[in-house]
This record gives sequence, C-alpha cells and structure tokens, in this order.
Amino acid sequence: MAADLLWIFISAMIINNFTLYYFLGLCPFFGVSDRISTALRMGMANVFVLLITAFCAWFLNTYVLSHAPYLRLISFIIVIASTVQFVEMAIKKMSPVLFKALGIFLPLITTNCAILGLALFATNKGYGLLEGLVYALGAGGGLTLALVIMAGIREESKLLEIPKVIEGTALNLIIAGILSMAFMGFAGLFSTS
Amino acid sequence: MKNFEEAARYHEEFIKGLWKENPVFVAVLGMCPALAVTNTAINGLAMGGATLFVLTFSSLLVSSFRRYIPKEVRITTFVIIIATFVTIVDFLLQAFLPAIHKELGAFVALIVVNCLILGRQEAFSFKNPIRLAMVDALGMALGFTFALFCLGAIREILGNGSLFGVSLFGPSFEPWIVMILPPGGFLSLGFLLLFFNWLKQRKEQKQSLVYLADTVAEVAEKNEGIIYLKRGV
Repeated sequence: MAADLLWIFISAMIINNFTLYYFLGLCPFFGVSDRISTALRMGMANVFVLLITAFCAWFLNTYVLSHAPYLRLISFIIVIASTVQFVEMAIKKMSPVLFKALGIFLPLITTNCAILGLALFATNKGYGLLEGLVYALGAGGGLTLALVIMAGIREESKLLEIPKVIEGTALNLIIAGILSMAFMGFAGLFSTS
Repeated sequence: MKNFEEAARYHEEFIKGLWKENPVFVAVLGMCPALAVTNTAINGLAMGGATLFVLTFSSLLVSSFRRYIPKEVRITTFVIIIATFVTIVDFLLQAFLPAIHKELGAFVALIVVNCLILGRQEAFSFKNPIRLAMVDALGMALGFTFALFCLGAIREILGNGSLFGVSLFGPSFEPWIVMILPPGGFLSLGFLLLFFNWLKQRKEQKQSLVYLADTVAEVAEKNEGIIYLKRGV
C-alpha cells in the first residue's frame, strides 16, 4: 500500500509532471515565474487548491455522480470553485498570515486547467480518497518544482543580454522545452516490468 | 452604403481571428490543448474542430441571452454554458469517432478551461448582437484550428516523417522522436513564435529604413539650393 502511494506521488511529481508532461497550468507557469519567492507561494497555493479538489472529486464521484455521470464536468467546476472560495473565506477569518501569503493567488487558480485536470485524471484512474490526496500532493509538488526551476532560470536570465527578437514568450517556451526534455530523463526511474 | 459598412465590419471581425489576432500565435491563449494534443496533424484538427463547436454554440447562447444574464454572475453562467457544450462534444466524439476520442483523452473535457473560449464570451459575445458574435467566434475558432493544424503538421513531419499518417520521406528518414513527445510541443511553438517575431522585426526595420531614405532625400532636396549657391560662390 505504502509503496503504491509512494509510486503515485513520485510519478505525479516528476515523471508525469503536470506542467512539463501534460501541459497543465501553463498560465501561472509563464505568468508568475519571474521571481522565486512569488513562484514558491503560487506553488503552495496550487498544492492547497489541488488537495481540496481531490477531496471534492472523490466526494462527487462516490456519492453524487454515480447517478448522473453526464453532469461530471459541470459539477466538478462549480463544486470546486465554490469550495475554494468558501475555504478562502475561512482562512481569511482564521489565519490572516496564511491568507496574506496565498490569498491573491487563490482566485486565479480556482479553475485553471491543472485543477480540473487533476479531478479528471483521478476519476479516470479510479483513485480512492487517500490515493487521490497523495496524487494531488504529488501533482502540486510537481507544479511547484517546475515553477521554481523556471523562476530561477528567468531570474538569472535577467542579467544576460538577450537578443530582442527572442525575448518574451518565445524564450520562455524554448526554456520550458529544454526543461521538459530534462524531465524526460526521469521516465526510466522505475522500470515498469 | 450602410450595408456595405456592415459587411466590412463582419469581414473585419471574421478575418482578425485568422491572423492578426490569432489566439495561439499572437495572443498565446489556450496553450494547454495547443501543445498537449498536437502530436499529429489529425489530432490538431480534431481538437480545433471540437473547440470550434463549443466556441460557436457558446457564443450563440451567450449572445442571445446577454440581456437576461445578470452581470454579477456572468462568468459562472458562461462556464456552465461552456461546460454543457463540452459535455455534448465529449459524448459526440465518443460515439462517432472513438479512436480520436481515445487519443485526445481528458483533453476534450479540458476544453472547458480553455481561456480562449471564456475570453471571447467576456470580451465579445456578451456585448455584441448574435450575428456579429457568431462571426467573431467562427473567425477565432478557425484561427485556433489553423494554428493547431500547423503545430500538429510540423511535429508530425519532423517527429514521425509523415503527414496525416502518410509517410513522406521513405524508410531512410530518421524520425526526430522528441518532436512528438512533450518537449517538442514547447520547442515547436517557441521556434514558430521566434520566427514570427523575426518577420515582424525585419518588416519594422525595412519600414524604418524606407523612412530614413525618404527623410534623407527630402533633406537633400531642400538643401540642393544651398549647395548650388555655395558652388556658385
């Protein structure tokens, strides 16, 4: 059991990294990756929302959607978005420090593709509650990892002289491509015999 | 006269999505599907087609109900409308093109969070009459499909040596496998954007050169008199 969970965690985090393998959550990946500190907080906010998502997806799949599978998409989006908003209000009341660190990112990511993607993948793989939560933790860790590495590279690249023609999205995409290639190396981490 | 102006307006709204405001190449929207499923040209086209369906019908519905949707809950309403059409297209693909549905996997469902679709509802359909909204949606969706097809074709040709499954180069071609794997998505879009930037920069440089030459000629023309005077002295 523990080995299975560890496998789910590692595979979601490194081998099938959400950003660099599935192209999910690219907006924050390119949008808020110009400083490491911001990137780290964005990653943490993502982990937080993903955990809520995994719980919501499990709850909906087990208790509601078995009667009406065609409502899956709509109910995922609405339930996840409102739960995140609800938790956001609770945090604001109970822990202003935490809210200050994550708050501004939460509305941005309530329904980005990584969040919905996690809910759908977890459903397709038939994960239970514990597996789903571990999967969310791994996926969130992977997103944070990719964001922080990207931010590190971009912080360094500010000191360089970059030709004007490649500045901006083109350069970021090419950096992401090279990172993605590096992460492909992890594919042989565990041999699937 | 009025008809002519109206036609010009429609034409403009339609054509802008294809190239000038192309959602992928210029606005860089909807990158998840643009990169995730474009490992072959046919997958790119299928994803483009599914997006076209969703965007057009969502725009139709949003634009027809724009007077009845309260402003405070408009985003939620848009999302519900979009999710409904995505569910429909998901089931349609599953029923009629099961092979493609299997290839695209969860990414059909992920059309819901394509920022291009929500963006068009918020920026255009909610404020414009039905026909104009439809024209805009069609233009944008066709531009998106075109971009996805380009990416898919480039990646399939380089990564597999084929187009639409037809082998192009014969057996001696060594496929560039990384192009149909995830890094190829980032790299091919990155280099395409780089190419467009370069074209734009060259055009601008040319224009500024022409301007410079014009100014020099003008100044020379003005000064001609003075030069002749000096020579005369």
